[in-house]
Parts: sequence; structure tokens; C-alpha cells
Amino acid sequence: MEHVVIIGNGISGVTVARHIRKNSDKKITIVSAETDYFFSRTALMYIYMGHMKFEHTQPYENSFWKKNRIELKKGFVETVETASKTLRFAGGDTLQYDKLVIATGSKPNKFGWPGQDLEGAQGLYSKQDLDSIERNAPDNKTCKRAVIVGGGLIGIELAEMLNSRSIPVTFLVREDSFWNGVLPKGESAMINRHIKNHHIDLRLSTNLKEIKSDENGKVKSIVITETGEEIECNVVGLTAGVAPNIDFIKTSNIETNRGVLVNRQLETNIPDVYAIGDCAEQRDGGIGQRRPIEAVWYTGRMMGEVLAQTICGNTMEYKPGHWFNSAKFLDIEYQTYGWVFAKPRENEAHFHWKHDDDTKCITVCYSTTDNTFLGINTFGIRMRHETFDRWLTEKRDVDYVIKNLKEANFDPEFYKHFEKEIIATYNNQLQTV
Amino acid sequence: MSNKIDHSMSLASPDALNITTKQKIALAAGLVGLFILILAIFNVDFPNRAVFLAVSLGLIIGGTAVYSREAYLTKLEGIKNDGVWFKSISSRGVLGWALGIFLTLFYIVLYFYPEFLGLGTNGAENTGLVALFDPLSNLLSGNNASQWFVYGTLYTVAILAFGYKFMLKYRHNRYQQLRTGSVMFFQTAFAFVIPELMARLNSDDFSLPYNDLKNMWPLNYYAFDQWRVDQFINAQTVGLFFLILGIVMVFVISPYLTYKYGKRWYCSWVCGCGGLAETAGDSFRQLSDKGVKAWKFERWMINSVLVFSIVTTVAVISTYLGYDSEKYWFTKGVFLISIGVFLTVLFAGILYYKREELNKSALRGAVGYYILTIAFLIFFSFFDLSQIKINASYFSFGLNQNTYNFDSALRSFYGFGIGSIFSGVIGTGFYPILGNRAWCRMGCPMATIMGIQQRLFSKFRITTNGGQCISCGNCSNSCEMGIDVRAYAQKGENIVRSSCVGCGVCSAVCPRGVLKLENDSMDGRINPTEVLLGNDVDLMDLLNKN
Repeated sequence: MEHVVIIGNGISGVTVARHIRKNSDKKITIVSAETDYFFSRTALMYIYMGHMKFEHTQPYENSFWKKNRIELKKGFVETVETASKTLRFAGGDTLQYDKLVIATGSKPNKFGWPGQDLEGAQGLYSKQDLDSIERNAPDNKTCKRAVIVGGGLIGIELAEMLNSRSIPVTFLVREDSFWNGVLPKGESAMINRHIKNHHIDLRLSTNLKEIKSDENGKVKSIVITETGEEIECNVVGLTAGVAPNIDFIKTSNIETNRGVLVNRQLETNIPDVYAIGDCAEQRDGGIGQRRPIEAVWYTGRMMGEVLAQTICGNTMEYKPGHWFNSAKFLDIEYQTYGWVFAKPRENEAHFHWKHDDDTKCITVCYSTTDNTFLGINTFGIRMRHETFDRWLTEKRDVDYVIKNLKEANFDPEFYKHFEKEIIATYNNQLQTV
Repeated sequence: MSNKIDHSMSLASPDALNITTKQKIALAAGLVGLFILILAIFNVDFPNRAVFLAVSLGLIIGGTAVYSREAYLTKLEGIKNDGVWFKSISSRGVLGWALGIFLTLFYIVLYFYPEFLGLGTNGAENTGLVALFDPLSNLLSGNNASQWFVYGTLYTVAILAFGYKFMLKYRHNRYQQLRTGSVMFFQTAFAFVIPELMARLNSDDFSLPYNDLKNMWPLNYYAFDQWRVDQFINAQTVGLFFLILGIVMVFVISPYLTYKYGKRWYCSWVCGCGGLAETAGDSFRQLSDKGVKAWKFERWMINSVLVFSIVTTVAVISTYLGYDSEKYWFTKGVFLISIGVFLTVLFAGILYYKREELNKSALRGAVGYYILTIAFLIFFSFFDLSQIKINASYFSFGLNQNTYNFDSALRSFYGFGIGSIFSGVIGTGFYPILGNRAWCRMGCPMATIMGIQQRLFSKFRITTNGGQCISCGNCSNSCEMGIDVRAYAQKGENIVRSSCVGCGVCSAVCPRGVLKLENDSMDGRINPTEVLLGNDVDLMDLLNKN
């Protein structure tokens, strides 16, 4: 019986395992050094905030794995020997595979800041990171202030977490507006204001110079590059993005760049070795307008769904459909369908509408050559994935989308609707253009 | 892992160590209000009962309101679940257990030892707590209070005070606000004020039973007891109207509304049990067990209670139709045959039209329960139940030495076991242990009937938004009915479950906007998928059509 070994028990690894099981009788082993069972990484914040316990973030009951004959091995893979198809573990034991899937995800970026490895300086990615923040910032007496470095999705989640325990937060963002490499100006500005409304000390255009240590090797303060200001703090959150977690592969003959290089079938340069999820990098550049490395929950899952087909003999390309994503910025939910870039690219224009209460807005991107609808960002209003996916496939024009926006609304019943207001704004703007 | 333990009593504030001075005063005021009631239990005789009762209830409501305003209105609108798993009271800590035991004892005293609360027996004056409520009872119905009046008042006060708190907590969510306003209204008007006022109509030659219009059979298990039916019939047109309305509610109005909106129209918009669970019980919703074992237990338990409830009701009605036949239109035989025919037609119809939606275990269970029910009907038709005597001491650990006729034994056992112990002592007393909907989930026969319909004949579902789920688990965690919502959402599948009461909290707490309660066409309502929306269309076609 063929033995498929998967390194990494995150959403990518678990999805491929489940789908292989659905389609075959192969022996499946999932290896992880992080936790015994699959948990939802995106829910780590809710454990710290007390909304859930760790076990609630595990999507499958513990009996699920045995029932589906998916073996789980806890261990840290030190080296991969592709010639003999052997994994060597930190403890010295080994494991043979017939097919290997690398799904080891990411690790937080550290850009060589002085003091970045002190106790109290950390990212927020793994279960171990959660344990560490619980240790260093259990309450606002132990942690009198925290500084977060890096204005992206994890940074704002970390700020929300610390806020929930009344720990004062200073939030250093390199850009002149929050996440404005991704979000258009109006949206980014709205989130800036929302962050400040939560009494988070947001510092834009501000960089970290160094982290200072106390006599015990713990974080004591940080220094800001631009002003030289020193801010006392007990925790420093390093949330300036993530990078593929593939150090253990560097010694093998599996080809890597920033991530593990794969072709469209998610195959590496070595036969029977595949890579999916955050750690995989598309060899020929991103698919369509996607990036070569997609560190997103949904894409990890999709790669798992596809690769299971290939491993079970039905070779398939990774051909994701229309781009979509979601996040939540403190109290404001965000969804995106299709492509909306921070600045309209050539032959593109944005239509932006924002509600007076400063917690809801949308940005619609369309082609200026033929008015085709290209994508939407929506904040504070839930929209229907299925509807936008269909409109994108049908290549609807922007007028149609704005006029039929109500059809795509996914807010709970009895919520106030804003379609009329949006249409009025849209018509006004068109007249002035 | 998080070990943060917070010993405060706070249900609202994320970190009660930080409660404000205003909140401390509000908490103190509420406790003073409660203390007056406790003093009354210990027979402190207050000089002006009306004033003290008003002060007590006023302080409890006012204290809760001020506390909640300070907790929620000082923060931005949004989900307020910080620390629910840290707080002792809402995570089965010491305070949770203490509150659970206190409530359980209160229910035991209320049901079985009302004299401890001061109920005057054999014509004696009320004393203690019950006497404290005499002025209010006199104001409404013109009669002195009973332990049930005390309970009804406190129940209504709890729904109003905590309902207000819930509305503040979800002030960004109109579904939650309207739904809560609705249960507050139905409890205050239909369950409390109107029946009390109607008691004023009663005189020596006219009397209506205490009638909460929205409290339908089989939740109201005594709806068709002989004394009640007789009272209705004797109360001429008005009584007959209420009796017929009761039957129409069960067989016409409820099925219609459940078809259009799901069982939520009742369970989380109208019902009193649901009303208390959604308001005072909101802080305990995360405690329901989401495991597969709990779900299997639930299926056996709740369907057994339904069969028990039907059998008991049929036994009671057929018995009085038997020995008192000249008073009613129906005879015992006609009644039993029509019930048998009705159930058979209903059962055969479900098996025929919905055969593809029933899996093997559901089918086996359904057939078993059907045969059991019909066997009881046959048994009832051959025996006169009033002639079969049962000694209750065998079933009550010797607490009850009386001998009953078979029908009233069944009725008493149902009333004791289901009506008192299950719905009251366990259902509400165990809020801080089993969660706030243990009764609704495991025991309510009305929820079972509407649930079967919701699963098979209803437009209601919770729609999953394409491929947007991130498996975080907030939805499952906050499901008071113990549904593993995430298990469906992460497969991109709509949630169509008989137990769902449509409270909408899963949708509210979802951080990615994945869930929406909807009434829509029945086609495609149940949509299991292999691959979620967003992936290669060829792959989706390949796998989802298999």
C-alpha cells in the first residue's frame, strides 16, 4: 500500500489528507511538531480573548483521525532524504514515504532588528506563539504596554487581542496608512480611524530601530527610527508579514527559492514530492494576478483539494477560480471578490462609497475600456460569494453590478440596506466625471 | 494554555477587575433588591409589602440595566464575548456550580415544597416571600399570590432585565434586537399580564383556566386535561374559542409558520422557555456539548419525550372520553381510531415523499417509535385505564405513597418527570452546567415536532457563504443547541438541522460573514459539497456532481 506522508497539519495538509482518504485506500500519515491535532490557526486570537478554549478551535473530534485511518505523528522533521525517500526526525527516528507532501506553512518575518529574539519579542502564528503571549502578557499588570511592529492582518489581530485584556498597545506601521499596499486609500483611512477609536496608539510612517533588553534578557523597551523615541513595553509583536517555513528543506535537493518551487501540478523538482499552502511558490510566477506565494487559508485549502486528485491518479493543475478573501479589522468585517488593487492600474478605475458612520464602505474596481466589473472590497456589509463569483464569470459590467447589488447582500435579516444610497452616489459621481 | 481565572460575578464586562464605580453601585443595588426577597423567604414581615416589593424588583431591574449600560454603551458596537471562558460563572467554575446548585434548589422548593416560600395551605394566609407578592397579585387578578405567581413575576423580571442587557450587547444587530423585543413582549403580555387580568373575569358561574395563549400543546402538556377542557366548554363561547384556538395553533398555525420561517418563529421569538434561555441564559450558551455523543443522546432523548408526551395525552383524553362519554362529541373509540389514522397517514406520507432525505438510523428510529406509539393506542383501546391501579411508591423512591389510575399515573409521571424535573430543575437550574437550552434541545416535545418539520418541510436554513469559512469555531462555540455549525460551514454546506432554534448568534459572531439565516425555496436547501466555491470549476463539477 502506498504511503503518503504529509508534513504539516494545517488546513492544507489536512485537506489533502481528507481528500486522499475519500478517493483511495492509501496509507496516510500527517506529521506535525506543533500540535497533536489540527486546529484552526485563524482562531488563535479568540483563545487569548477568552471567546473559546483551544479545543474549540479543533474542527474535528479527536476520534475523527482514527476513524478515517489518518495516522498522526508528532515530531520535527530535520532532514528530507529524497533519494531513499526518508524523513529524519529531531529525535533520531525515521519515516519512509512513497509520496511526500510539504505543507509546513509560514513563520513570522524578522528583519534583523537588534533584540528581535529576546523573550517577549514574538510573532503570532503558531500555538507556541500563543503560549508565549499568554506567558508574557497575561494581564495589564505583567505587561504594562505592548508594541506591535507591522501593519497587516496579524498585527491588527494582535492589537485586538491585547486590547481585550486592557493592555495598552502602540502600533507601529511603516506605511503612511494602515495596510495601504493592499487597501485603497479611502478604506485604509477608515481603518486608521477605527483603530484609534479603540484607543490603540497607532503610529503611521514609523519604523522599529531596536528592541532593548532588561537584565534578564527580556524585552524592556523599543526605539523608534524616525524620532529616536524610546517606548517602554513588555511585549513586542513582530507582525511584518510571514515567509515560508522551509529551513529544514534547504539541505535537501528539493529546489527552493523563497518557498518550495512547484509547477502548476504542485510538483517539486523531485518526483513524488509535492508542496502546497503557504510554503509553496509557483515556479513560473503567480497564476493570473495572484502572487507566486499565496499565504491565505483559502488557497491552502484549494491546493489540498487539487493535489489529492493528482496523488490519487487523476493528475490536475492548480487552477483556482476567482480571487476572494476576507478578514476582520477589530469590529469591521472585510470581504473581497475579484481584484481591487490599492491604486487603480492602467485602464482601471475605482468607485468608492462610504457610509457616514465611518464603519461601512465599498470600493468597486472596473475597466475603463469596456466597463467590465473587476472586483469589490466591502467593509461592514456582508456580500454573497456565490453572486460575485457568478458575475465575475459572466463578465458583468459595473452598471449592472451596482444596480443589482441588493442581490448580493448577505447581511442578517432586518439589517438596514444601503443599496439606494450607493446607487445614488454612483450616479452622482458618473455625472461629475 | 490560558489559565486566567477571574473570580468576579460579572456576566457582562470583559474584565470585572476593571468594573467602574457606577457598575459597583449598580451591582450593590441589584443585590439589595435580591436581599429583600431573601429576607422575605426567612419570614421577615415587611410593614408595607407593596412598597418593598416595588423597591426590590425596581432595584433588580434598575441595577442590571445600569450595569449593562456601563458595560456595553461605553464601548464601540461589536461582538462582546471577551473572557466568557475565563469567568468562573460562565465556564463551569466554582461560581457556575454555585449558581447552578442555588437555582436547582430553588426549583425543587418551588415545585415540591412551596410552603417554604410562604404559600398558605388549607386556607391559611400567605407568609414570607409569597405574601410579599400579594399586593401585585391583587392588583392584577384580584387574588392573593401563589408560588406560581411569584415564579411568573420573577421569570418576567429576569426576561425583561436580561433582555435589555442582551439588546445592548447586540445593539449593532437588528435581528437580535427585534427577536429579543419579541420574547420580552410575549412573556410580559401573553404569559403574565393577560392571563392574570383574565382571571378577573372569573365568577361563581364563569371560570376560564389560566391560559397563556402562546403556550401550546405539547409544551403545555396539560392543555387537554379533563378539568381544563371542561372549564373551557363550560365557559361558553369564549371558552370554546380558546379551546378551538389551542387546537388550530397546534395543527394549522404552527405548521404554517414553521414552514415559512422555521421553528425560530416560536423558539426564539415567542416561547417563554426560549425567552429565558435567550436573555438570562445568554451567558451560558457556549456550555452546550457539541460532541457527536451528545448529539446521539439528544436524538434518542428528545424523540422519546415526544412519544411519551403523545401517549400520555392520548391516554388521558381517551380515559375521560371513555367514562364520561355523554359530555363530549367524541367517543373513546372514534378518538383513538382518528389519532391512529392521523399518525399513520402522516408517517406514511413522510416515508414516501421524503425517503431520500432520511438516512438509515433516522428511518430505523422513526419506524420503532411509530410501532411503539401504535402499540400503545391499541392497548388503550382494549383496556379501561381508569381500572388499572398503579402504586406510585415504586416510581418515586417511596416519596409518593398514593395509588393512581393508569392514565393519571402516566399523567403524573409525565408532569413530574418531564414538566417539573426536566424542564425546570434540569432545564433551568443547570443553565451554568449544561448550557441554556438543555431542555429545549433534549426534552421539549414541541421543539421535536417543529424540528421534524423544519428538517423536512420548511423554507428555513442557515446559508453558508460560498468558500469563506475559516473553520475558526466561533459559530459552534456559541450555538446553544450544541450544533457543530462549523462542520457544515467549512464544507460550504447549508445548515439544515431540526434542533436549530434560529437565534442567529452563529451568524452574528462569525468574523468572516459566512452565515445567514434565510427563508428561501426548498430546492437546493440541503447542499452537501465535496469542493468549495472558489476552486477550479472543472474540479468542482467533477466532484460535486458525483
